[in-house]
Amino acid sequence: MQWEVVIGLEIHTQLATQSKIFSGSATTFGSEPNTQASLIDLGMPGVLPVLNQEAVRMACMFGLAIDAEIGEHNVFARKNYFYPDLPKGYQISQMELPIVGKGYLDIALEDGTVKRIGITRAHLEEDAGKSLHEDFSGATGIDLNRAGTPLLEIVSEPEMRSAKEAVAYVKAIHALVRYLGICDGNMAEGSLRCDCNVSIRPKGQVEFGTRCEIKNVNSFRFIERAINTEVQRQIELIEDGGRVIQETRLYDPNKDETRSMRSKEEANDYRYFPDPDLLPVVIEPAFLESIRATLPELPPQKRERFQSEFNLSAYDANVLASSREQADYFEAVVAVCGDAKLAANWVMVELGSLLNELGLEIDQAPVSAANLGGMLKRILDNTINGKIAKVVFEKMAAGEGDADQVIEANGLKQVTDSGAIEKVLDDVLKANAEQVEQYRAADEAKRGKMFGFFVGQAMKASKGKANPAQVNQLLKSKLEG
Amino acid sequence: MHQLTLAEIARGLADKSFSSEELTRTLLARIHQLDPQLNSFISVTEELALSQARAADARRANGEAGALLGAPIAHKDLFCTQGIRTSCGSKMLDNFKAPYDATVVAKLAEAGMVTLGKTNMDEFAMGSANESSHYGPVKNPWNLEHVPGGSSGGSAAAVAARLLPASTGTDTGGSIRQPAALTNLTGLKPTYGRVSRWGMIAYASSLDQGGPLARTAEDCALLLQGMAGFDAKDSTCIDEPVGDYSANLNASLQGLRIGLPKEYFGAGLDPRIADLVQASVRELEKLGAVVKEISLPNMQHAIPAYYVIAPAEASSNLSRFDGVRYGYRCENPKDLTDLYKRSRGEGFGAEVQRRIMVGAYALSAGYYDAYYLQAQKIRRLIKNDFMAAFNDVDVILGPTTPNPAWKIGAKNNDPIAAYLEDVYTITANLAGLPGLSMPAGFVEGLPVGVQLLAPYFQEGRLLNVAHRYQQVTDWHTRAPNGF
Amino acid sequence: MALERCDVEKIAHLARLGLNDADLPRTTDALNSILALVDQMQAVDTTGIEPLAHPLEASQRLRADVVTETNHRDSYQAIAPATENGLYLVPKVIE
Repeated sequence: MQWEVVIGLEIHTQLATQSKIFSGSATTFGSEPNTQASLIDLGMPGVLPVLNQEAVRMACMFGLAIDAEIGEHNVFARKNYFYPDLPKGYQISQMELPIVGKGYLDIALEDGTVKRIGITRAHLEEDAGKSLHEDFSGATGIDLNRAGTPLLEIVSEPEMRSAKEAVAYVKAIHALVRYLGICDGNMAEGSLRCDCNVSIRPKGQVEFGTRCEIKNVNSFRFIERAINTEVQRQIELIEDGGRVIQETRLYDPNKDETRSMRSKEEANDYRYFPDPDLLPVVIEPAFLESIRATLPELPPQKRERFQSEFNLSAYDANVLASSREQADYFEAVVAVCGDAKLAANWVMVELGSLLNELGLEIDQAPVSAANLGGMLKRILDNTINGKIAKVVFEKMAAGEGDADQVIEANGLKQVTDSGAIEKVLDDVLKANAEQVEQYRAADEAKRGKMFGFFVGQAMKASKGKANPAQVNQLLKSKLEG
Repeated sequence: MHQLTLAEIARGLADKSFSSEELTRTLLARIHQLDPQLNSFISVTEELALSQARAADARRANGEAGALLGAPIAHKDLFCTQGIRTSCGSKMLDNFKAPYDATVVAKLAEAGMVTLGKTNMDEFAMGSANESSHYGPVKNPWNLEHVPGGSSGGSAAAVAARLLPASTGTDTGGSIRQPAALTNLTGLKPTYGRVSRWGMIAYASSLDQGGPLARTAEDCALLLQGMAGFDAKDSTCIDEPVGDYSANLNASLQGLRIGLPKEYFGAGLDPRIADLVQASVRELEKLGAVVKEISLPNMQHAIPAYYVIAPAEASSNLSRFDGVRYGYRCENPKDLTDLYKRSRGEGFGAEVQRRIMVGAYALSAGYYDAYYLQAQKIRRLIKNDFMAAFNDVDVILGPTTPNPAWKIGAKNNDPIAAYLEDVYTITANLAGLPGLSMPAGFVEGLPVGVQLLAPYFQEGRLLNVAHRYQQVTDWHTRAPNGF
Repeated sequence: MALERCDVEKIAHLARLGLNDADLPRTTDALNSILALVDQMQAVDTTGIEPLAHPLEASQRLRADVVTETNHRDSYQAIAPATENGLYLVPKVIE
């Protein structure tokens, strides 16, 4: 049987506000337990919530970025359930009238094609605290520092058809919220968390299969593995004559398996109703327009512009636009050197592998965009060649100054004086008289490889500084002449 | 000294007839002497009161003035008071020393009021008789075998017994006005959003409103002045300027249009109360008011709608009492569910549990539309009735309660019977309107109240009508025997 | 539709209220009489009526995004039933 995989995602992004969504507590990660839990966050008797304007603004930014309708009149509701990390016994969320309505996000797939993923809605809510299960006298410890951190829950349509597509979508959301500056995207700290709804159906069938929800998968790699593992489980289950039951599951990366969550076993009846402590939030058109004016250029537009303005391939444009920091870096390099293709190659290949090696993000790059651009300018004006450039780049990365300083200090300037090059060539030919004879006697087919030998010797003799094009041209005339 | 009203105390303190400390000592002694008969206080805050009294005297010596400076007050025990037990009349919060002050408490302390204690109440404000308190029932000083009304029954009984001149209460379905009526006091429920709810432990958030209980409209004006105002900590608090409630107390009632809803005078109303209400209308007519019959056709639906909305909100508001961060926790819970079920099962009394269950049921899957949503629609119909009526009249007048205070225990076996006593008061909460109850006579020695309702933010008008009425009647000056 | 004993048990569980078996019949009766009162609402025609959640129909005020709170853990935990190392303790939770 051919199976089709159906995936929908719920992504919880912690908004990068200073204070919590309904209280004036700080949202800093990693503080001592319960030191950022105010009366409101603790759900003390008699306390009341007041909504943080910045959380509303950030949600609107997201809505505008995915071309969604923003609810002019939206309402907070209480989701009632008992859990020790939920101090009030209800979570303030949105149910019927979310702030962000239907929108979409275009994601670039590995084959260079673009797929549009529908976004059903995005709503504001408060995060819960954390339960710590290490042994506290055999008990569970509750830290409410995180309780009340603003979350934007982004719900997709079930439109992804593979784990890879799902990852591409999460990466696109990740890039988008970071572009917008509304979430730091730190998945290790839980700033962006993903619930994956996974089902399978026979290819060609219209109705969806029964889905399972894998809770809280917190890295791109685990999302892919968790979905694949779950898909495999469902296929095996069905092919063995069983059936999938709708349930919440947890992914265990150590065992690479998903398992049913005991704490969520019970069918929940959340008894949603409008929170009587909060009034409807009215988003005035003028407020929305003021936000629209502050929106940065977003990945899809950037991708398109990189292709049209710089003539980059879809693949290169996509890689460079994947994060705001990388795109900004790239554009700064182009601004200095003027050659987008060359800049793209250097940013993606040389800088990329250096960062990879050092385990750094692009905003921590040891070579500034200005310095890289300056160096590329020296390639373009023939001051150095591509090979020497790698040496210059390494020295810049080691903090030895900008390109011109490195070139000057190390005498790396390319030799373009034909007299000087001719002298080097004459010495090479003289020292290799035997090979010269053999070359001249050889037929055309063999000469190609032998020619490379002389180029190599010449470059070596010039310590790499000879202009390779000139070496080629002069060598040819000398050998054949 | 205990006979003095708040206004008289203000004059006495201003002309140095007595100090706040002397007054405070007198009243504390009186509470110790008489309250054992009434059970109107859950906590008496003697030390705090004396230090606040001395501080108030010092402020006055420094040239400060102010009508409330040095005057005594007691708070219904659902207003959070920092470091002082705030029990809500419940075993659940018997050990709860609030870590902060409610806005109302802070504002009145700022104005220099002296807190004598925290008053008894129906558990979590759920009740009309003050019989559901963990601390035992409160007795009506007019007849110790009768209830004082509820849920602000302790606040009412204490003031009626002249233990102090005024107290704070809260009103979700009549919990200020009904006990005021049953104990011969003047009580005011302000417009929803007029008084901050910060620190006022919620029963039903969209209905709850704090307000004053005192013997006269003049005193209610003084106390409301200290309680009302915008508070950024309460999203439902309305940012409207607060008028001077004392300024227009004496304004003429000439031409005042009073509406009498015909639905208020039907079956269920004690005819002796109907007569007293008519008598009060005649007094107001003598003062120049004109009377008109009006109709509030949806009034009969108010009780069913209220008993969906209030329990639904309560079921959610009371979920935070789970034995984890404060309050009662059961002994040796064997797991998390056991911790929740026993802490809540043992910590809440029967009426609170009933309302939580009704509310949880009304919100549960499949019933939401038929119950909660339908109740919210009826709520709009009720509000619309009032808006239409206020096109024709300035205030609406009727009985506060259908019957005088009943005997303690008389309605214990039938929760519904007590619910029906709120029939006249509940509509103001559903519509968010201000309402006032004032003394209007006696039936078999038990006080009867008349209720006045006005459009939003017209508390001043209610106080004006009641004050003029109290200038020509003396019901409000009568004191119960033995107090 | 009257509630049965098992309905009441379900609701009590939803609300995490531990009821005594002995109280169940009385509680069931009380809830049924309250629901009978409430059910009078069903006769009211509310076609086309918008639900009213707040009497004054104002809109939500927004707070500036400023940290105004400081750490009061010690005083807040002084009233807690069980804490350790700054954490609130509950019986072990199994996920």
